[in-house]
Amino acid sequence: MRSAVLAAPRAASADGFGGPALWRRYPSRVGTFCLVELQKLSHDRTELFTRAVQPILWLIVFGETFNRIHAIPTGHLRYLDFLAPGIIAQSGLFIAIFYGIQIIWERDAGVLTKLLATPTPRSALIFGKAFAAGIRALAQVIVVLVVSVLLGVALTYNPLHILGAIAIVTLGAAFFSCLSMTIAGIVLKRDRLMGIGQMITMPLFFASNALYPVKVMPGWVRVLSKVNPLSYEVDALRGLLVGTSANLWLDFGVLLLAVAVGVTAASSLIDRLSR
Amino acid sequence: MTAAAFEEQPLAAVSCRGVRHRFGDHAAVDGVDLTVGRGEVFGLLGPNGAGKTTLIRLMNTLLPLQEGSVSVFGRDVSRSPMAVRRLLGYVPQQLSIEAALTGRENVMWFARLFDVPRAERRARVDGALEAMALTDAAGRLAGTYSGGMVRRLELAQALVNRPALLVLDEPTIGLDPIARDGVWERVEELRGETGMTVLLTTHYMEEAEALCDRVALMHLGRIRAEGTPDELTAALGPDATLEDVFRHSTGGSLDDDSKGGLREIRRTRRTARRLG
Repeated sequence: MRSAVLAAPRAASADGFGGPALWRRYPSRVGTFCLVELQKLSHDRTELFTRAVQPILWLIVFGETFNRIHAIPTGHLRYLDFLAPGIIAQSGLFIAIFYGIQIIWERDAGVLTKLLATPTPRSALIFGKAFAAGIRALAQVIVVLVVSVLLGVALTYNPLHILGAIAIVTLGAAFFSCLSMTIAGIVLKRDRLMGIGQMITMPLFFASNALYPVKVMPGWVRVLSKVNPLSYEVDALRGLLVGTSANLWLDFGVLLLAVAVGVTAASSLIDRLSR
Repeated sequence: MTAAAFEEQPLAAVSCRGVRHRFGDHAAVDGVDLTVGRGEVFGLLGPNGAGKTTLIRLMNTLLPLQEGSVSVFGRDVSRSPMAVRRLLGYVPQQLSIEAALTGRENVMWFARLFDVPRAERRARVDGALEAMALTDAAGRLAGTYSGGMVRRLELAQALVNRPALLVLDEPTIGLDPIARDGVWERVEELRGETGMTVLLTTHYMEEAEALCDRVALMHLGRIRAEGTPDELTAALGPDATLEDVFRHSTGGSLDDDSKGGLREIRRTRRTARRLG
């Protein structure tokens, strides 16, 4: 058995010199990294619950309070309904923005070196990791969604809208994880990445339409919100999940573009991590 | 190319010509010519900082080639890095497994990354685990493995691709003697069964003498002596060891760490610590 499986290495490798075509390798790698992420998650689910605490607090404490005092003008929409998509985007953001830590950990543990020595193009590796972050965020978002429903948020039951929301959350997390991996490629140290992650998450969150509508923002925050991919993610989620008017094509387009830029930036820096 | 045609080509497994690599002002590899024949177990020996790891990272495409040429089974590392990676199984110096996955998941991960066809994947993964005597532990999280088991798991990850060339960078560093023997036994068995080419680095001279068909002694970025262990030692006298050959050809000792880059020493210590 053993010899049959391992025998004739040269001949076997010679057959597959080229391997599958490049375009097939990308989905294959994305699938592989997503699977590994799910396997890791299945062995240790505690994080899924500890990470749910913060968004739940936002919904219960912040959301319920502001729902009562009507301080934020959300039109006909209840504030809690307005807030829930923002918190969903936020929980994805918080996971993705620290995803670069994993790549630094893999670097320190020598795993990254081995990954880079496999026939995986740099960009396919980043692509795979970005969508693995998306899967990870999605698992988290499902917990937040369930809590939202329990709190009485008027979420849609339209399966197409839910699929759209899944795609949006995945794209958003893919972009922010690329941002994180790009920073990882620059700072190369876990502690520094933690510091920078902490530094940028709140500005990203507050300079977006997650907590309040754009129209109540001061002018300069409005500008920041315009260039913040999180705003487009929230806009799309709000449109899909609670039915506000949203510019879905623009939102999808901006997020796709952001992912493309993020993958390019992170893959150009990844070799710095392997040295 | 058909498998048969590939077999018939008289190519060296690895061929390095005039290879130089600098990190800033420091020449880690300083003009290396080296040929590893097909089917050989070839040992690259030298103290920390000799340039062994840098040379290996040039062969497996992890570092860009600055000067000279390196080819693996006739494939140029700069021109066809993907083809070269497909031919290699690589076990780095550090213990590098995903502790949050089981042993089997770790091997399956690499089977996918090497594009092992879906229909063969399970059999190949099981075969690699079995060859490394890890079948019973395959369902356990790799984080619970001992140092020797982790090394064998890494070998299984490298073997699942059926590499033409297995590259082992200090495979027994930090392992206790029993675990070390376990790793070498597996490598010997494999080689007996598959005839695969093995390139390894080590600074354990006794191991190299016992296991390698040919060795090259490396010091300060250069190859100082090359040949079969017998050839090299015979030149010095009946009781000479590779350690003596090394001292003779470099004037230094293998235990001399003073030339080792700080980063490499740190990495070695970290590996040793993780192994307890």
